[in-house]
Amino acid sequence: MGHTVMIQALGRLGAAAVLCAALLAAFTFVAPAGAQEAAPAAQEKRDVAELLQALAAGPDFTTKIQATHDLALTGDPRLVPILQAALDGNLYARKSDRLVVIGRESGGMLTLTDPLEEKQIGQAPAGDFERATVNNRLRTVLQTALGALQLAHPDPSKRKASADALFKTPSVEMIEPLKIALTHENNGSAKRALAKALAATELQFAETGEARTKAVATLAAYADPDVRALLTGRIGSIAADAPAEQQQLKAAMTSALADIERTLANWQILGNVLQGVSLGSVLLLAAIGLAITFGVMGIINMAHGEMVMLGAYTTYVVQMTFREYLPGGIDWALLVAIPAAFAVSALVGIAMERGIIRFLYGRPLETLLATWGISLVLQQAVRSVFGPTNMKVSSPAWMSGAIDLAGGVVLTYNRIWIVVFALLVFGLLILIQRRSFFGLQMRAVTQNRRMARSMGIRSGWVDALTFGLGSGIAGMAGVALSQIDNVSPNLGQSYIVDSFMVVVFGGVGNLWGTLVGAFGLGIINKFLEPYAGAVLGKIFVLVAIVLFIQWRPRGLFALKGRAVEV
Amino acid sequence: MRPTGPFLFRALGDVGGTILVVALLAVAVLVPVLNNLPPDSAFFIPNYVVPLAGKYLCFSLLALSVDLVWGFAGILSLGHGAFFALGGYAMGMHLMREIGTRGVYRDPILPDFMVFLNWKELPWYWYGFDSFWFAALMVVVVPGALAFVFGWFAFRSRVTGVYLSIITQALTFALMLAFFRNNFGFGGNNGLTDFKDVLGFNIQAKSTRAALFAMSAIALALGYILCRLLISSRFGRVLIAVRDAESRTRFLGYRVEHYKLFAFVVSAMLAGIAGALYVPQVGIINPREFSPANSIEIVIWVAVGGRGTLWGAAVGAFVVNYGKTYFTGALPEAWLYVLGALFVGVTLFLPKGIAGTAQEWVGKLWTRTAPKQSLAAQPGVVE
Repeated sequence: MGHTVMIQALGRLGAAAVLCAALLAAFTFVAPAGAQEAAPAAQEKRDVAELLQALAAGPDFTTKIQATHDLALTGDPRLVPILQAALDGNLYARKSDRLVVIGRESGGMLTLTDPLEEKQIGQAPAGDFERATVNNRLRTVLQTALGALQLAHPDPSKRKASADALFKTPSVEMIEPLKIALTHENNGSAKRALAKALAATELQFAETGEARTKAVATLAAYADPDVRALLTGRIGSIAADAPAEQQQLKAAMTSALADIERTLANWQILGNVLQGVSLGSVLLLAAIGLAITFGVMGIINMAHGEMVMLGAYTTYVVQMTFREYLPGGIDWALLVAIPAAFAVSALVGIAMERGIIRFLYGRPLETLLATWGISLVLQQAVRSVFGPTNMKVSSPAWMSGAIDLAGGVVLTYNRIWIVVFALLVFGLLILIQRRSFFGLQMRAVTQNRRMARSMGIRSGWVDALTFGLGSGIAGMAGVALSQIDNVSPNLGQSYIVDSFMVVVFGGVGNLWGTLVGAFGLGIINKFLEPYAGAVLGKIFVLVAIVLFIQWRPRGLFALKGRAVEV
Repeated sequence: MRPTGPFLFRALGDVGGTILVVALLAVAVLVPVLNNLPPDSAFFIPNYVVPLAGKYLCFSLLALSVDLVWGFAGILSLGHGAFFALGGYAMGMHLMREIGTRGVYRDPILPDFMVFLNWKELPWYWYGFDSFWFAALMVVVVPGALAFVFGWFAFRSRVTGVYLSIITQALTFALMLAFFRNNFGFGGNNGLTDFKDVLGFNIQAKSTRAALFAMSAIALALGYILCRLLISSRFGRVLIAVRDAESRTRFLGYRVEHYKLFAFVVSAMLAGIAGALYVPQVGIINPREFSPANSIEIVIWVAVGGRGTLWGAAVGAFVVNYGKTYFTGALPEAWLYVLGALFVGVTLFLPKGIAGTAQEWVGKLWTRTAPKQSLAAQPGVVE
């Protein structure tokens, strides 16, 4: 506790320093002589409420400016919305007793908010109130005070946000406050943002060419798209016949820009790879179940996408159940949904295999048609039960948010979790296939059904369970996809072509091929996108796969030997 | 059946085929006549039925083209909708040019959607489509060329069975994505529509619709006869051999890929013609025709009718689409259940379809009185 209080106190101290500087700067530029005289250093300390009254209903603008100045010196973050309201013309004082309120006008009535308590205090006719008048001078002082208050906000992310805002709209009054805020700042990312904003401001307003060139040098270290845009704009604004000093600055900016472009290009490549990995993990999740049913068993399951869809709907149902009966545990609904989705899809898969598919073994084209029929029925069934609209599946708190890498590359947590989840599922599947007794039976039946049967393996059950495993994994994929895609009856259809492409590209009957195929296709897709656009990129990939199959009809990692001609 | 006897018998094939051709020629004449009866007559055919039935006939021709490759060459194409749609687009482009200055923007050359997108001149691939005959040529050339290129690559590298099905699906999926794009120059999402005339006749007029219907019926009859002649020729015998034992046929010295390629290209052209007849009757062509689901639906028409019987495919398309119209009107919820059940039921319980089962029954009756005949035209359980 004590610790926090101390930090707050330090923050206040820093804020006060920042504010002094800010207001001094503002007065120097905006209100030359008179105001400065009216701002003696030792002002008797007045109550915040009293100051607000002066701001809202002071007799003249000099009083108001003085009040703003003193208000800003308190460094109280509660003042931010109040000053903003004054700027927007939403600050009022009651005519009868000069009570200061924030009001929203609608139809002659004001909805009142108490400024310091930040709560609604009812409605009143607008005629009883007088709007706090603002002139240009006061407006500038208010803006500066606002910026300074925000730079001194106790929350580092707020300080960073206000520094970023100042970077976008630099103003000359903020040079001094920024400098002071920078010396007091001890949060890494806020400090970087402050230095960046300061450099941008100095580049535009510093008086000496030297200071500007120095600002360029500072900016060159920030490889992000905003700095690139800023420098490009500044370079364009310096005409070819400008004086030598300007030309020097231009040269400095050009070389800084080239540096930034190079760094950004590298970040861009990294960003593409990361996005590709993210897309690849989605493809892997969608295709991995298919790698079992199609790759290992040779069943063309066109209803595979619907297994994914069932998984996504199971997630929705589990979440709704939690919301109804256990609202506190809503963040963990997703973890419960994973086994639930596996069970639902696996059971539907086993029913499909026992009921229909087993009569069609050895007739892949017929299997294709029958499973397509099943997919239509499942889609329509879900549509009848849940309706045709998209269902909202919310992300738990531990999955929202993002890591902001440099160079405009952003990684959202849900994407990271999906990559991790995809790899876990893949690892688990490999383990089952290689290390478990069921995996042994599965491989035996695939390699030589008759021999396996003679050894006492119940091949029918192994078929059913293998198909159930593949379908169940598709259901788990649905849990992950519900986080990034619309949960609708058509969810599965959008993945079916892609998942077949992945399996065929990677090589049928080979789980590692599916892994390489998924990430390969994901990354290729994301590298094509900037040049060709999302849709055209996808078309290129499809055409490329069609051509690739001509070259290697059995995929990237084809099985060799007798197994090929099964 | 063995191609013996006079040409006419060869061309009609069997009893079912004969009935189909005769029936088609009959409706080509009868439907327009009955449509012109007074509305209170017992035999009157309402106006809306004519283009609807014409649409079914186009689907029948499409199903016939799929049966040619699936039933007789063992190529399960899940992308035939693409050839159909390409033929349709070729015709649609001509119809767009024929609108002339009657469009919303009254531009004599550019179709409305191009004016809307602020295009200044016609893209090069729209040149020539103001001529009907050029468009009619493109209706067969474009699908044929695509099928040739695609098939040449695919069959040469011996992509067969399921793999071929999946890449044909990828092909139509890629085309769908492309045609959905506005800057691709084919009207994007909305496709081509708002047609006014075909060959100078008002496209909405009763007489034009009747003529289009009759042409569809005749096209289907001719398409059937063409396929039947192909199948009963020496070429057809080899094709069936490829279907039943591809490697063996290759080892016997036949260039398997050439046979398959030829059948595939002819089939794509037939599908293109079906598309071209379809567009003026329904009045629109849009990228949804390329969707993989549509192409798979075509296959079920063939399966329901009877794979490898030609006339069965035509009947299957008609029956399934009639069912679709009926159910989507009466019980819209139920249609997908019915369609899904058809897919499952036909593959499990009726692998030979309506026509195959009918032939079997007739065959059983026949064998009591006549010596056993070859059933080579029937695909067995292949692969």
